[in-house]
Amino acid sequence: MTSPTDKPNDGGVPLPVVPAGATSGAPAEFPPASPAGRGMFGNQGTGDVSGYGGLVRQRQPIEEASRPYGGYFDEVRDALEEAYPAFNDAIEKVVVDRGELTLHVRPERIAEVCQVMRDDLALRFELCSSVSGADYLGADERRLHVVYLLTSMTYRRRVRLEAAVSVEAPHLPSVTAVYPTADWQEREAYDMFGIVFDGHPSLTRILMPDDWEGHPQRKDYPLGGIPVEYKGAEIQPPNERRSYQ
Amino acid sequence: MTTSNYASERETDEGRVFTVTGGDWDTIVSGTDPINDERIVVNMGPQHPSTHGVLRLILELEGETVREARSVVGYLHTGIEKNLEYRNWVQGSTFVTRMDYLAPIFNETAYALAVEKLLGITDDITERATTIRVLMMELNRISSHLVWLATTGMELGAISIMLYGFREREYILDIFETITGLRMNHAYVRPGGVAQDVPDDAVVKIREFLKMMPKKLKEYEDLLSGQPIWTERTKNVAVLDVTGCVALGITGPVLRSAGLAWDLRKTMPYCGYETYEFDVPTHPDGDVWGRYQVRLAEIRESLKLVEQALDRLRPGPVMVADRKIAWPAQLAIGVDGMGNSLEHVAKIMGQSMESLIHHFKLVTEGFRVPPGQVYVAIEAPRGELGVHAVSDGGTRPYRVHYREPSFVNLQALPAMAEGGLIADVIAGGASLDPVMGGCDR
Repeated sequence: MTSPTDKPNDGGVPLPVVPAGATSGAPAEFPPASPAGRGMFGNQGTGDVSGYGGLVRQRQPIEEASRPYGGYFDEVRDALEEAYPAFNDAIEKVVVDRGELTLHVRPERIAEVCQVMRDDLALRFELCSSVSGADYLGADERRLHVVYLLTSMTYRRRVRLEAAVSVEAPHLPSVTAVYPTADWQEREAYDMFGIVFDGHPSLTRILMPDDWEGHPQRKDYPLGGIPVEYKGAEIQPPNERRSYQ
Repeated sequence: MTTSNYASERETDEGRVFTVTGGDWDTIVSGTDPINDERIVVNMGPQHPSTHGVLRLILELEGETVREARSVVGYLHTGIEKNLEYRNWVQGSTFVTRMDYLAPIFNETAYALAVEKLLGITDDITERATTIRVLMMELNRISSHLVWLATTGMELGAISIMLYGFREREYILDIFETITGLRMNHAYVRPGGVAQDVPDDAVVKIREFLKMMPKKLKEYEDLLSGQPIWTERTKNVAVLDVTGCVALGITGPVLRSAGLAWDLRKTMPYCGYETYEFDVPTHPDGDVWGRYQVRLAEIRESLKLVEQALDRLRPGPVMVADRKIAWPAQLAIGVDGMGNSLEHVAKIMGQSMESLIHHFKLVTEGFRVPPGQVYVAIEAPRGELGVHAVSDGGTRPYRVHYREPSFVNLQALPAMAEGGLIADVIAGGASLDPVMGGCDR
């Protein structure tokens, strides 16, 4: 028997090397470390013979928004600042992009911020619509992000809270005490990304089998798959096909 | 030890375990000691006709009363969100349509709206494409509610309504087949518009359907509403009030059946819903009966919307003008479903080298989407269907997360079932209308 790491794409075991396609571009906030380079025919370059392959595309970093944000965003920020004394410590960054407001929250403060967002009369975000994870591999030490989408039914507003943690210490407080609906969604984020929500009533896997190893939606977890024969030709699994960058 | 073929028993560390396959409860009843051992744990599913797919319930019973209920999901997890990250943005439609298989048009539309918002082309979507999306979504809402009516009827013992619900759904699937080439999993709504125009014979079919459907609705109501078994099994069963719904994140007909008129088509409109005339039905009771009433009323409202959308259809393009985003192939329906139209193939292969290059680039590589993240939510038949999409500036989604109403709503099952009778677990679960393909993704 070979050790699990010798067998790529055998399902369930994350590889030490980053699989092809997993880093199909770096996270939005940072330029890519190494574009392209993996593909069929043993090609190590970009595969581009047009001459345009040498162009380096500059990615615009997503920057902190400046006041006024426009719309109800200013009101939300002011109300939170007024109702929550530790605002300056808790909120790392405010981003307005594509008509959506994102508050980047220090992870240890997330439950407190949610409590204020729900209970303050000027905020009233009663519904936690969605909790999801995202893995920004290679971007930052704190690559695992948890994204909360809060909805105010009273004022018909939405706001996004984002908290980032590292893989080594993927801990942040659970918001289930504030929003019971976050229960299963936090379990999914744990299952898929290995983010640990402290204080969650029963943080177990929810979509993958209980004895599964690894967290499948991390970017360094291979997609897996087997080649398929179709009309005499062999089609590689999607993560081994030639990818354009 | 019994030797029954239907209910064998064995001793384990945690007590005596019965395996029931043929519903032979006598063995269990005679095998338990009701004085010293009051509680039994029943595992229901994941293969069970009345759990709406592969949902597993673990029920702790005291007599016929449910003391604790826990649902176990994940049996239909197919890793769609992970797979999306390895395909280009357009290919994503073919994946997301397979999530909630009773509401494919909603999955596609939510995805398309999210990609369009990332691209910043929301305002460029043509009038006709948006109207077709509304038309298709509302037809889909009717077909989804019909399946709900059919399966819930069957689970509560009304077999006729099951046949009738599926029968009328066939009309809608026929219409879908005429328009998209497929009955399910259409990949019809794409980023930038819709895959192709609505043919004239589909309009005729929809008009026929609009004429027929109100009579059928009357028929369903005649069958169910006054029937004592149906009312006994639905009224005051699995009650959940507005507070409970909002705390647990329950949206859609279940929330409206508790009395809150929260419908994203009205409260946070998209696709021009603010210009249509329709009502948001609610019910004060928050029980299974209320959900039944709300869903029937929603079918009526959807019929109104379909009619208005049909009247608004004006000739025009169904894709954005930007050829870099619009799928370059002019698709057409052939005998084996939707594919490249022959004229388009003739053009790129025989007449225009430039067209061929563009076709090749867009089909193999796809278009680039500027980096950033968006959240788009629409009102699906089961509630708020949200898409959290992240782009890194490349040709593939960096992360797509679906906020599936089936997944979130199923959390309400313990709140509805605990303290009630075991028979009402079925009614309560069915009234949530979970679709496991959507729940587990």
